[in-house]
Amino acid sequence: MKIMTCPINGPRAISEFAYGGELRPMPDPAAATDADWADYVFNRSGVAGVKQEWWCHTPSGVWFVAERDTRTDAILRTFLYQPSRG
Amino acid sequence: MFTRHERLKSTYDVVIIGGGGHGLAAAYYLARDHGVRNIAVLEQGYIGGGNTGRNTTIIRSNYLTPEGVQFYDESLRLWQDLSADFDLNLFYSTRGHYTLAHTDAAMRTMRWRAEVNKHYGIASEAIDCQQVQKAIPMLDITCGGHAPVLGALYHAPGAIARHDAVAWGYGRGADRRGVEIHQNTEALALELEERDSGPAICGVVTNRGRIATRKVLCAVAGYTPRLLAMVNLRSPIYIHPLQAMVSEPVKSWLDPIIVSGSLHVYISQSARGELVMGASLDPYELHSTRSTLDFAESLSAHMLELFPFLSDVKVMRQWAGMADMTPDFAPIMGKTPVRGFYLDAGWGTWGFKATPVCGKTMSYTVANDAVHPMIQGFGFERFANFALTGEKGAASVGH
Repeated sequence: MKIMTCPINGPRAISEFAYGGELRPMPDPAAATDADWADYVFNRSGVAGVKQEWWCHTPSGVWFVAERDTRTDAILRTFLYQPSRG
Repeated sequence: MFTRHERLKSTYDVVIIGGGGHGLAAAYYLARDHGVRNIAVLEQGYIGGGNTGRNTTIIRSNYLTPEGVQFYDESLRLWQDLSADFDLNLFYSTRGHYTLAHTDAAMRTMRWRAEVNKHYGIASEAIDCQQVQKAIPMLDITCGGHAPVLGALYHAPGAIARHDAVAWGYGRGADRRGVEIHQNTEALALELEERDSGPAICGVVTNRGRIATRKVLCAVAGYTPRLLAMVNLRSPIYIHPLQAMVSEPVKSWLDPIIVSGSLHVYISQSARGELVMGASLDPYELHSTRSTLDFAESLSAHMLELFPFLSDVKVMRQWAGMADMTPDFAPIMGKTPVRGFYLDAGWGTWGFKATPVCGKTMSYTVANDAVHPMIQGFGFERFANFALTGEKGAASVGH
């Protein structure tokens, strides 16, 4: 069983977690052009590599950020979201 | 089966990256129907070793959007003469295809699909649970009591075929017409030149040397984002693994193909007696073909809800492929903002059945530098235009 570490609840089975997609900055909806907005809504950086992603520990509802290598599935670290750390 | 070429030529009219079913079919129809024979197919591994050899070989056309229904129906029609075309037995076997509905909402989608399908002349109908039980006597229609089957979408032309043979058939047909197939040849970079009209393809760098070409067709499934990055294009494609498994061979008992969206299961029995089984996508992005115990466990649990008598049957092997998913569950095909760079991608979990028609339409698109009318609903630009082709309701299982 693969284990992920929730920053609040500690190491748990991966089946307790839900994936929320890559952490991406949202452009200002009022100022963005249609093309920029479409890029934000649809496009993804689909290339393999180390990414920061939203994950949720579903039994407790804790959302946090995981840094994970999408080639090897190695979870490098997990932490609570802080806007300053991006 | 294929001519071995010691070295790459310095120039080709068309370079096809990806020696799976789609790439080889495009090469075959380019050579056969469009008179383009100076073609190299580059395959980083071996022929048909990617998603062509990793899917569960289901062929059907009971989709949801008019674009999808017409496109897949043309593919189904092409499949039926393919064995004769190739002089190679594809073991194409028409079985009938049942998509089970366990909820009222699912029944509504089945009726919707049936009406769209019938409008385009496709054999497809919503049936009730008595008809399902009659057609599949081994099915526990109550699913152990907690997810009773209310009815199904029945699609009589649903079929299976031997996937390796599809790649071999197209490959051999292309090879005989002068197409060069280069295995163990990886595209490392794509070379662009700036023209007044924007960037254009001028070459491909491989691990066996550089090739000059004005046309590149990219048909690489799970590797698509890497290829797009080489030409500085962003796309909505994201990669999740899709796993599958087979049981030990057992006496033939299951003729039709059974799918349950709610239970995340699809199952058919091969000519060898193995049960070929699949489920939904892995739940997060991963560029790997590893298998997991979670998958085998959850798929087996759902399988036993439908067919409890299988509890003693052993799983023989499992595997995975890298599915290139799109937000609307329709492919991305045709031209791109880079001149001479053609895309046959976004085939996610539904690409095998489309192999012949993709070859036909992409060969037309590449030969004429004009998008084939049948794939206009699948263009790269549809996302920027907020004009999606919503096909999720016809995906085999809920993703």
